[in-house]
Amino acid sequence: MDIGTIQAYAYFFFVAFLVVVLYSYIYHLYSSQWKGKRDYEKYGNIALHDEITDQPIEKISKNDDLKVGGINE
Amino acid sequence: MENRPLEYDYTVAKWFMLTTVVLGIVGMLVGVILAWQMAFPAVNLMAGEGLAEYTNFSRLRPLHTDSVIFGFTLSGIWATWYYVGQRVLKVSMAESKFLMVLAKLHFFIYLLVVVAVVGSLLLGISTGKEYADFEWPIDIAVVVVWVIWGMSIFGLIGIRREKSLYISIWYYIATFLGIAMLYLFNNMEIPTYFASGGIGAWYHSVSMYSGTNDALVQWWYGHNAVAFGFTVPIVAMIYYFLPKESGQAVYSYKLSLLAFWGLMFVYLWAGGHHLIYSTVPDWMQTMGSVFSVVLILPSWGSAINMLLTMKGEWQQVASSPLIKFMILASTFYMFSTLEGPIQAIKSVNALAHFTDWIVGHVHDGVLGWVAFMIMAALFHMAPRVYKREIYSKSLMNTQFWIQTLGVVLYFTSMWIAGITQGMMWRAHDEFGNLAYSFIDTVTVLHPYYTIRAVGGTLYLVGMFLFAYNMYKTMTSSRRVEESELQNASPMGA
Ligand code: HEM
Repeated sequence: MDIGTIQAYAYFFFVAFLVVVLYSYIYHLYSSQWKGKRDYEKYGNIALHDEITDQPIEKISKNDDLKVGGINE
Repeated sequence: MENRPLEYDYTVAKWFMLTTVVLGIVGMLVGVILAWQMAFPAVNLMAGEGLAEYTNFSRLRPLHTDSVIFGFTLSGIWATWYYVGQRVLKVSMAESKFLMVLAKLHFFIYLLVVVAVVGSLLLGISTGKEYADFEWPIDIAVVVVWVIWGMSIFGLIGIRREKSLYISIWYYIATFLGIAMLYLFNNMEIPTYFASGGIGAWYHSVSMYSGTNDALVQWWYGHNAVAFGFTVPIVAMIYYFLPKESGQAVYSYKLSLLAFWGLMFVYLWAGGHHLIYSTVPDWMQTMGSVFSVVLILPSWGSAINMLLTMKGEWQQVASSPLIKFMILASTFYMFSTLEGPIQAIKSVNALAHFTDWIVGHVHDGVLGWVAFMIMAALFHMAPRVYKREIYSKSLMNTQFWIQTLGVVLYFTSMWIAGITQGMMWRAHDEFGNLAYSFIDTVTVLHPYYTIRAVGGTLYLVGMFLFAYNMYKTMTSSRRVEESELQNASPMGA
C-alpha cells in the first residue's frame, strides 16, 4: 500500500471513530438524564437565579451540605 | 463596623463598557472613512496632501480592523466577563482583593496596549500580517494582558459558590485558551535588530515562518480569530443575556453542551478555506472546505437553541428592543454561518475569493451578529451596574431600525459588487483573452461602494445613538430598585 492509500484509510477510520464519539456523547447526555444520574437542564437556571443572595443550583461545598435543586452524583 | 450585605462589584466591568463604546465609535468611524475612500478616492486626501500619509486607505485599514476587533469586540468581551463571570459563579469580585487588583491591572495595561497600537499603526509600523499587525514589543504586552485575564478567570472560578460552570463560562474559557494558542503561534517572530547585531529599527521583526507555511499559520490564526473572537465569546454572551432578559431558561442545556464540543472540534480545521487554489497542499484545501460545511451544524445548534429559548414568548420580540437586538443577532449568526460554508465550497470560492462578497460576509457577521449582541449585552448590564433604567426605549428602537437598514445596505451591495467583480474577472472571449481590465470593474462597482458607504454611515449614526443612550443612562436616568432588575430591563419611554 502506498502512503496515499494508508492516509485515506486512516482518514476514514478517524472520521468514523469521531462520529462514534459524538453519538456516544449524545447518548451519555440523554441517558444520564433518564437514569436520574444528572439533570442537565437544571443548569439552565444558573443564569436565571444569579443574585449573590440566591441559593446556588448546585453548591460547591462538601457532602455535609444540603444539595439544592435536584439529584447529584 | 457596619455590616454591609455582599454585592457584586462591577467597577472593572464599567470601565470596559466605556472602552467598548469609545473604541466602537473610533473603529467604525475609521470603517466609514474607508468606505467613502473606496467610493470617492479624493477622501484619501481629506486632511490635505501633507497629512495624506496618515489618512490614506492603506494606513487606516489596519487601524479599522484592529480597533473593531481588539478594541471594541475585546472590550465588550471583557465588560461582559467581569459581569457575567461573577453572577453565574455567584461570587463577588469584592471578596478577593487579589482578583480586584488583577482586574484593574488588566484594564490599565490593556489601555496602554491600545495607545501603543493606535500610535504604531498610524505611524505605519506593522508586521504586515492581517490581524497580527503588531510588532513584537506590543505582542509581549498583549501576552501579559492575556495571562492576567486568565488568572482572573481561573481565580474567580477557584472561589466560586456555584459548583457547575454555566455554559457561558465554558465559552469564555475557550476564548481564553483558543486565542492564547493562536496568538502565540502566529506571532512567533524574530526581532531583526537583535538577530542582525544592530541593523534596522529595534522594534522591527520578521515572521519565523516563510512562504506557504507562513500563509498556513496566518490563516489558521486568522480564521480562528473569527472563531474565538467573533463567535465563541459572543455565544457566551447570548447564552447568558437572552435567557436572563427574557426570563426563559435556555431551551436545551444538553444541546448547548453538544454544540460547544462540536464547535471546538470543527472550527480549528476550517482555516484552510482562506487558501483555496493557493500553494498549500490540496488535501488541506479540501479539508478546509469540508470542515467549513460541517461547521454549520454546531453553529446552528447554538443559534436554534437561542430561537427556541423564546418559545411561547415571541411577543417579547415585538415589545422589547433589547430582545429584538438579540434575536436579530442570532438570526444573523445563522445567516453568516450558512454564507461562510457556501463561500468555502471550492467552486464558489473560485468566484468569491478576493472579491467584495467576502467583505460583505465579514460585515453581515460582525455588524449583524457581533456588534448587535455586544450592544444588547451592554444595554442589559447598564441598569444593573448603574442602578438606573435605560434612558430611552424609543431611542433604542430607532437605533435598531437605522442599524438594521445599515447592515442590509452593506451586505446586499457587497454581494452584488462581489459577484459582479468575480464574473468580470473571469470573463473571456473565445480565444481566452480577458474580456475586461481591472478598471472596468471599478467603474461598474462604484454605485455599490457608495451604497455600502451610506449603509456604514447609518450604522455609525446608530452607534452615536447608542453612546448617547448609554451616557444618559449612566448619568441622569430614573433610579431603579433592585426588585425591578429581575428579568426584563427597565426602560424609560
Ligand atoms: C460602521 C461600520 C463599518 C464599516 C463602514 C466598515 C467598513 C469596512 C471597510 C470599507 C473595510 C475594507 C474592505 C476592503 O478592503 O475592501 C472593512 C474591513 C474589515 N472590517 Fe469593517 N466596517 C465596519 C464595522 C466593522 C466591525 C464592527 C467589525 C468587527 C467587529 C469589522 C471588521 C472588519 C474586518 C475583519 C475587515 C477585513 C475584511 C477582510 O480582510 O476581508 N468592521 N470594513
